[in-house]
Amino acid sequence: MGNYFLDNEDIQFLFRFLNLREIAQLQEQDTPNGQADYVPVDIDDAVDNYWRVLELVGEIAADYIAPNAERIDREGNRLLEDGTVELHPLVRENLRRMKQADLMGFTLPRKYGGLNCPNIVYSMATEIVSRADASFMNFFGLQGIADTIYAFADDAIKDAVLPRFARGEVTGAMVLTEPDAGSDLQAVRLRAWQDHNGQWYLNGVKRFITNGCGEILLVLARSEPDIADGRGLSLFITERNERIRVRHLEEKLGIHGSPTCELVFEDAPAQLIGERQRGLITYVMALMNGARVSVAAQSLGIAEAAYRLARNYAHTRQQFGGPIEKLPPVAQMVVDMRVAIEAARALVYYTSRVCDLENNNQRLLEWKADLSAEEKQQRRQLARTLRRLNSMLTPMSKYYASEMACWVANTAIQVLGGSGYMRDYAAERYFRDARITTIYEGTSQLQIVAAVRAAVSGTLESFLAELESRRFDDDKLANLQKALIEAKPQVLEAISFTKRQSAGYLDLVGRQIVDAAIILICGHLLLAQAEKWDRKRFVAERFIRSQLPVYRMCCEQVLSGDNSPIVVYEEIAGPPLPVS
Amino acid sequence: MPYDCIVCVKQVPDTANITAEAMNPDGTVNRAALPAIFNPEDLNALEAALEVRDRYGGTVTAISMGPPKAAEVLRECLYRGADRVILITDRRAAASDTLATSYILSQAIRTIGRFDIVFCGRQAIDGDTAQVGPQLAEKLGLPQITYMEELLAIDGDRIRLRRNNGHGWEIVESKLPILVTVIGTANVPRPCAAKRIMRFKRARAEAEIEAEVRRQMPNASEEEIQAEVARRRDELAARGLLIEQWDITRIGADPNRCGLAGSPTKVHRIQSIVFSKKGYTEIPPTEEGIRQLIRELVVDRILG
Repeated sequence: MGNYFLDNEDIQFLFRFLNLREIAQLQEQDTPNGQADYVPVDIDDAVDNYWRVLELVGEIAADYIAPNAERIDREGNRLLEDGTVELHPLVRENLRRMKQADLMGFTLPRKYGGLNCPNIVYSMATEIVSRADASFMNFFGLQGIADTIYAFADDAIKDAVLPRFARGEVTGAMVLTEPDAGSDLQAVRLRAWQDHNGQWYLNGVKRFITNGCGEILLVLARSEPDIADGRGLSLFITERNERIRVRHLEEKLGIHGSPTCELVFEDAPAQLIGERQRGLITYVMALMNGARVSVAAQSLGIAEAAYRLARNYAHTRQQFGGPIEKLPPVAQMVVDMRVAIEAARALVYYTSRVCDLENNNQRLLEWKADLSAEEKQQRRQLARTLRRLNSMLTPMSKYYASEMACWVANTAIQVLGGSGYMRDYAAERYFRDARITTIYEGTSQLQIVAAVRAAVSGTLESFLAELESRRFDDDKLANLQKALIEAKPQVLEAISFTKRQSAGYLDLVGRQIVDAAIILICGHLLLAQAEKWDRKRFVAERFIRSQLPVYRMCCEQVLSGDNSPIVVYEEIAGPPLPVS
Repeated sequence: MPYDCIVCVKQVPDTANITAEAMNPDGTVNRAALPAIFNPEDLNALEAALEVRDRYGGTVTAISMGPPKAAEVLRECLYRGADRVILITDRRAAASDTLATSYILSQAIRTIGRFDIVFCGRQAIDGDTAQVGPQLAEKLGLPQITYMEELLAIDGDRIRLRRNNGHGWEIVESKLPILVTVIGTANVPRPCAAKRIMRFKRARAEAEIEAEVRRQMPNASEEEIQAEVARRRDELAARGLLIEQWDITRIGADPNRCGLAGSPTKVHRIQSIVFSKKGYTEIPPTEEGIRQLIRELVVDRILG
C-alpha cells in the first residue's frame, strides 16, 4: 500500500507553500455547481478537498497504475482490422479505476459532474500519475480537451459532452498534426466543408495523434479553402464513428501505453466549436498552453520516478567496500538530479498557479454578472499582466521541465551503470518515456521561440523585479539573493546586445537567453521556499552555486556574437549528403 | 432483479506492519501503537457486494460493531459506494468474543430486516479466527458458503459461486438468502470515489460527535454537552450525514449474551515468540541462481 502523494514531501510542502486558499477562493467564486451534493462549505473545506483528492490520486497511482506499467510498456496496444484500436487490458483497467474514483472530470465545473479542481492541483495530480506510468498521463492528462470545450463550445455541445467526460465514459484527443503540418500548424490541410443544411464534414488525414482512438476528437481543419494561413482554420468536435478510421498505430521509442494514431476522415460529420477562423489562433493556442503545463508536470513525474530508483540504487549498491553513494561522482549525480527536479517543480507549480489566476480572472470577467465598472477595469488590467507573464512562464516550464526529465532519466541510467541499461530495471523505460516530452506539444525549440520573445519584451525584467523585492532576514539567503541580483545585468546586457544583431540572431541564441533567465527565476523561487523549510536552504544554495557559472556561460555565448550556424552553415555542416 | 446486500466490516490494528513497539511484553497486541485499518478481507466483501449491485441493482448496507472510532471504516464504506452504514456500539458489547459478536451482529441484521446476501470477510487480521461469519449464519438460520473466490451468477433466488478450499476449488449453488465469506483473492477492491469523499467526509456517528464535543468543551456541564451533541446531530441528520448508531437495546440483544458476560472464550496462556533473523542468502537473478535455489529447497525438503 503506497501513496505517491503522501511519500513526496516536496509536493506536500508546495501544496502548503503556494497558498491554495487564495486559489480556492477564486476557483469557487461564482462557479457553476448545478445540483451537486459535494460542494465545499467554505474555502478551507475546498482546500481540504484538494488534499484528499491528491491522497486518492497518490494511492491509485501507487497501488493500481504503477504495478501495471511494465507490462503495458512491453505489450502496448493493438490496431484491429476494422480501423479501431484495442487498448491493452491493463490500460482499460487503469481507466476503470480512474473512473471509479471520479478523477476524469478533474477540472470541470460541478455542474457537469467535475471536481472543479484548480490547475495547480491538476498539475500535482498529473505529476503523481506520470510517476506511476508516464504513458497513462496521456489519458489522465488530456482533460484540457474537456476544458477547451467548456471554454469555447456552445451550451448544447457542453451539455451533451462534458458530463460524459466527467463520468469517465469517454476520452478525447487533440487532432492537430498532419504529415506536412507538424510544428507549423498553419499548414493544416484537412478539409472542413458544409452541406446546404449547414452540416459540417471533415475530409483528410491526421498523423501522430495521441489517443486518436479516443471517442471525442477536437479537430483542426481548413474551413476557408481560400485562406492559406492560420486564419483559414477552425476547430471542430466530432465523435468517433465509422467514417473515421485509424489507419496506422505508430511504433514508438516510449510511452507505449499511449496509442499514437494516424487518422483518416472520410466525410465525417462534425460540429463547429466557437467561431469560424479562430480555430488555431484562439482555441488551439489556449488548448496548447494548458497541455504544455500538463507535459511539464508529466516530465516532473518521470524525473521523480527515475530519481527515486537511482537514489535507492546508490544507497544499496555496494562497490569498493561501501555503497556507491559514498563516491563523490555518484553523490554529485544524485544530488543534482534532486536539485534539478525541485527547481523545475518550483517553476512548473508557480506557472500552474499563475494559470489559475489568469483563467479565473478571465472567467469572472466574462461571466460574473454583477461586476462593477471599476472591478471590470481592474480585472482587465490584471488579465493583460497575467497573460504576458504566462506567455513567458508556460513555454519556459515546458521547456525546462522536459529537458530536465531527459537529463535526470539519462543520469539515472548512469547511476545504475550496466544495470540501468538492462531491461531488469525501469530506468531504461523512464529514459524512453522522458524523451517525448521535449518534442510533443511543441518542441523545446518552439518553446524557446515563445519564451524568448516574451523575455526580451520586458516581461522578464518586470518579473525579476517582483521576485527581487522579497526581503530576507536570514544572512545566508540574503547573500544568495544578492548574488542573483548582481548577476542580472549580464542577461539584460545579452538581451540588448541581441536586439542590435540581425533578426535571426534572437532565435539562434534564444536557448542561452532562456536558460539564463530560468536560472535567475528558479534561484529566486527556491530561495523563497528556503525561508519556510530548512532543507530547501541546501537545495537553493546548491542550485545557485552550481548554476550561476552556467548562467555566465550562457550570457557570454550570447555576447560573443558568434552566428556561424547561420552564416557558415554549409562550410561546417558540409554539402547535402547523397540520399542512400 | 435487484438484490439487497449486507456487509459486516471491522476496524482492526494493522498487524501486517508489526514493529517492536507493536507488541506488549506479555505478547498481547499494543493497539495504541498500531494504525487502525479496514480489515483487508472485509474490503473484498464490500467489493463483492458492490459488484452485485453493479450487476443486478439493489442496495449495499455496511455494519460494523466496535468503539465509536469504528465509524472510520464505515465512512470508508460510504466513500467506496455503500448506500447505508450502521455503527453498532455499546460499552456492554466491549470484549465480546466471536460467539458474543456473532450474536450481536445477528440481532443487528434482524433489526435491518429484509436482505438477500450477507457478505463477510473470511477472517480479521487481529484474531484470525474466521469464526464470526459461520457463527452468524448459524444464528440467522442461513445457509453459508465460505471462502468465496468468484461470484458466478445470481438467478432468481439461486446463487452460484466458486469457493477456494485451499487445495482446489468447487462450484457451489445455494438458495437465497445466504451468508457468504469472501477471501482476499476474490477481487481487487475499488478505490474511494473523490466526490463521495467530498460529500461524506463530514459524516459522523453520534458517539463520535459526543467525543468531539467533550474534547472541544472540557469545562461545559453535562447538560450543555448533551444540548450541543443534539444540535450537531440534528444538523448532520438534516444534511444526510448522520451515521446511524445502534446500541444493544436498539437491536433487542440480551446483555447477558454480549460483551464479557456473553463470551465463554478464556485466554489460557499467551506465548511470546520472537523470530530472530539469522543472516540471509542472496540469490542472483540468473538461471544458475534459480537452479541453486531449487536445489537448496529440494535438499531442505521444502520442495518435494
